[in-house]
Amino acid sequence: MSKVFGTYICSGCGIADAVDMEALVGAASELGFEAKTHDALCSAAGREMIQADVDGGVNTVVVCACSPRVMQQEFNFGDDKITVRANIREGAAWCAEKPSEERDADTVKEFTTEQAADNVRMACTEAKKTELPEPYKLETLNREILVMGGGIAGITAATEAAKAGYKVTIVEKADQIGGKALGWAKQFPTKAPYAELEEPTIGAMIAAVEAHDNISIITGTEVARIGGAPGDFSVTLKPTGTSTEWDAPAKVGVDEQDKIDKGEMEDPNKGYKGYMEENPEAQKFGAVILATGWVPADVSEYEHLGHGSNDKVVTNAEFEKMAKEGKLSGVNSVAFVMSPGGEEHDMDFPYANSVTSMVALKQAKYVRESNPDAKAYVLYQHMRTPGHMELFYKGVQQDDGIFLTKATVTGVEGGTVKAKDTLLGEDLELDVDLVVLAAGMEPTTKHEHSINLAYRQGPAFLDLDLFDGYADSHFICFPYETRRTGVYTCGGVRKAMNMDETIDDATGAALKAIQAMVCADRGVAVHPRSGDATYPEFFFQRCTQCKRCTEECPFGALDDDAKGTPKPNPTRCRRCGTCMGACPERIIGFKNYNIDLVGSMLKSIEVPEDEDDKLRILVFACENDAYPTLDMAAMRKHSVNNLIRVIPVRCLGSVNMAWIRDALSAGMDGALLLGCKYGDDYQCHFVKGSEIATKRMENIGDTLSTLGLEPERCGVRQVAISDYNKVPEVIEEFVEEILELGPNPFKGF
Amino acid sequence: MTDQSSGSVLVVGGGISGLTAALEAAEVGKDVFLVEKNPYMGGRVAQLNQYFPKLCPPTCGLEIQFKRIRANRNIRMYNMTTVKSVSGSAGNYEVTCVTAPRYVNNNCTCCGDCVDACADERDNDFNFGMNKSKAIYRPHDMAFPAKYVLDKDACSAETLEAIKGACKYDAIDTDMTEEEFTLNVDSVVWATGWTPYDAEKLENLKVNSSKAIITNMQMERLASPNGPTTGKILRPGDDKEPESFGFVQCAGSRDENHLEYCSYICCMATMKQITYIRERYPEAPIYVFYIDLRTPGKYEKFREKIMADENVHFIKGKVADIVAEEDGGVTMIAENAVTGDKVSQKVDLCVLATGMEPAAKAQAAELGLDVDSSGFIVSNPDAGMISCGCAKKAADVVTCAQSSTAAAMKAIQAGR
Repeated sequence: MSKVFGTYICSGCGIADAVDMEALVGAASELGFEAKTHDALCSAAGREMIQADVDGGVNTVVVCACSPRVMQQEFNFGDDKITVRANIREGAAWCAEKPSEERDADTVKEFTTEQAADNVRMACTEAKKTELPEPYKLETLNREILVMGGGIAGITAATEAAKAGYKVTIVEKADQIGGKALGWAKQFPTKAPYAELEEPTIGAMIAAVEAHDNISIITGTEVARIGGAPGDFSVTLKPTGTSTEWDAPAKVGVDEQDKIDKGEMEDPNKGYKGYMEENPEAQKFGAVILATGWVPADVSEYEHLGHGSNDKVVTNAEFEKMAKEGKLSGVNSVAFVMSPGGEEHDMDFPYANSVTSMVALKQAKYVRESNPDAKAYVLYQHMRTPGHMELFYKGVQQDDGIFLTKATVTGVEGGTVKAKDTLLGEDLELDVDLVVLAAGMEPTTKHEHSINLAYRQGPAFLDLDLFDGYADSHFICFPYETRRTGVYTCGGVRKAMNMDETIDDATGAALKAIQAMVCADRGVAVHPRSGDATYPEFFFQRCTQCKRCTEECPFGALDDDAKGTPKPNPTRCRRCGTCMGACPERIIGFKNYNIDLVGSMLKSIEVPEDEDDKLRILVFACENDAYPTLDMAAMRKHSVNNLIRVIPVRCLGSVNMAWIRDALSAGMDGALLLGCKYGDDYQCHFVKGSEIATKRMENIGDTLSTLGLEPERCGVRQVAISDYNKVPEVIEEFVEEILELGPNPFKGF
Repeated sequence: MTDQSSGSVLVVGGGISGLTAALEAAEVGKDVFLVEKNPYMGGRVAQLNQYFPKLCPPTCGLEIQFKRIRANRNIRMYNMTTVKSVSGSAGNYEVTCVTAPRYVNNNCTCCGDCVDACADERDNDFNFGMNKSKAIYRPHDMAFPAKYVLDKDACSAETLEAIKGACKYDAIDTDMTEEEFTLNVDSVVWATGWTPYDAEKLENLKVNSSKAIITNMQMERLASPNGPTTGKILRPGDDKEPESFGFVQCAGSRDENHLEYCSYICCMATMKQITYIRERYPEAPIYVFYIDLRTPGKYEKFREKIMADENVHFIKGKVADIVAEEDGGVTMIAENAVTGDKVSQKVDLCVLATGMEPAAKAQAAELGLDVDSSGFIVSNPDAGMISCGCAKKAADVVTCAQSSTAAAMKAIQAGR
């Protein structure tokens, strides 16, 4: 589009008191932008002024006023217009230093004006460089959902998606769908008064799913591999338990590939088709739901409890089978053991969640229902019946034949259970017919890849080790987020959960699967940059096949061909820009966010050459957390050192080190990255961005020292969104360090 | 795509559950009305300092949700708005809503000049009354929408004039009145959330007998950087740095005289709050009185870390009495369920881990919704009345996000 610019500078909200408005108009003018001022740009009169210009042909509006986080509606002049914001309110006026003996009011105003003027310059530059996004559209979009696993989770996901009008295929490895629920004698109560066990509903669920026109069911079948991307997944199926050349290839890293090439290591993928090869017979799907569920945990490792060696000891899963098959008639006393830790710890069996507590209560009722004279003993460390399940627990307590006590079970010998620290005030020795161990529910992803992706980054979900093998999300607010776009998990594969929870979880997963296809259709990103119509574009002629983008993408969006040239899969992309930050050739960029755009912005910052008190420190701030933190610090009228110049970035992972070099070559004195916490409890919305950026900054520090520049000029600090009281100090400390180092020795060259 | 955009859904409640339900539905193309009774979005989680078990700030996720709302034209949101009546049936509901006057119009730029001009104060309900705010206020730092609110009743005539005079943008409108409007929707998602159980009803715990007895939600505010003490944990009343702490678990929950169910989150909330205390008082002894420690699944690891702290003492036993002491502290009295011993433990600050009560308890029945014996709304998607989050059952944030996403699915189906 041929741009016609309109530039507007607001003097309201105290801006005119803190800065010299004429200087801001002058700064825009130097870049060829004739700016109009207004005392309240966001007011009806202010917006009318801009709208009149837009009606007169302006299509690129530069609004120099408050933070881009506010007044977005007010400054939106239509989808075919560009609005660029310069933050001179929170970003300069409101975080201005308080006048002191060291710096009088005039000097403070001079410094604040320089900061605001640079923000104006950067916005004008951005306006020149940015372009309207053009959404990426797949040639054909597939709208069918693949559900892997035909248990309660899979059946629910399929039914719910079908009810919303989508086609679904369920692939189940067993010969019939139904999963674990087929083996249940009874179900937990689901409604008030939560007293009675309920008859299994799985039969009705199966009947409903089988009868639905939109749902196809394929049993005795597994997924060999899934290639492609949301809206265009290619899925190869195979008979359960077989191996085919289309099985998903194992992950081979750059180093491993090197060893394979040198003959130092066997190629794990020998005999398998490469992950870029497409099976012409594959079926096409638009999104995938992984609902492969769980397997009963092996608890024979707890030798003092005797599972596997003592035939009186069974697991809860084995006991359920006995109940289902009606084999409890001769059982007159059963002890249920909830915690394996003896005197060492009071935790439940691993992979239990609260489900095993409820299962023990349910099975205690089986004992009583099958034989009114039988006795059940439930020995727990902590009875876990959350929410309304408390009422179920309370009901069980009313039964004289069920004894419930906290107990430290120290061992099982024959039919004798030994326990200490009980609520009876004495140690116990219970002689029972059967001991049932409350074994956990291990996710299938603990034992196998399950999802079997034919992706550059390997067949399995990442981060599994953070959750002991569960394919769970690391985000509390966003539990459906996986690191594989268009692939969602639900049910036992991500947490031990009861049926009610599973049904909710699977229903939500079905929504997310539909949403991923809708977004692919519109050519926009899914969470967290929902609706973003930009996507990374590559200038392949200059690609050196270094593979950094394919390795570093937190979402595995990029594959590569045999030569190592990346294959972008735009519908897998979350638009964080980590690939752009990674690329040493600077060939990756978005329409409104790219190397040249940000590089030009920072080069438009005015760097005084010989004023030692006017050093310039460039700050790249994560727009999701660090930037709002700075805004809030300003709203609280905290002074933030005004030598900094802040550029918001999509994620620290998108910061290309070329920008740091550009800043230092331009004579700026330091560069600071403000981003999210990383490590096991990472808060980065793009998972790895802040961690990757930190490594890159360490590396560039090394490069700097070879040039005779102090590595301390480049820093990274972790800032949470709630750190608004701390962030001024974090910045102050960094600036102090730079001041101590003195001006950039290359200034002026 | 398949036509999902027919009709629209009303989401009642703008906390984490309502925001999630609204966004997830809107991002599939559904038209959504989102009403929230507070002047800001975010609900209960906006008042929390951190989430367990990651100890991350809830405003981090809220910022993303707000950004998603700003970017989505399918959502129309109304603050200070409640539902007055519902009529009709699935696919064709008529809902009457009422918006209370904010007395600040959309001209507000959030510049804050009015605050400096305002002489009157009000109890700060965002901080559970532990401090005061000016009578014209922004509910909290991250308040979305970023607009001020005027508590007109708390102002003298002179103050109102001064506020009006201070506003350069003509944003103060003291003549605003309550507004009623009607929405036609296919279905309604009830995401009305929870309120902390009223500690005054727990007579034996005598919350009013001492300033040293606070609730767990008050503890969240004390620990928050935007709370009444900017994150210092000080005893209300005398601002003493407490040297010892007590926690009363199941304060109201699992008790047929109060809340018969388990409130799900209080055990982990206490574990989390122990980390708040540890960060500020590395050695202070902490006593936790409990019935069971309900930290299942992945929360067990978190509990293990807390229990490894030798200055944190866990006593299985229900607190029977709390006695105010002259030095400002309190003595907690309980029976150890394992040893049978009577335990008296004096502490400087005592936290009641109060449970969650469904916020719409009374109103839900009036509106004709299906409500269970505890006041939670029973979801009935076939009738186009869908509940989620803590309006449906006591739950943690993860579970709320799951059930709210599921509610979005039901709302989409309802439009077909």
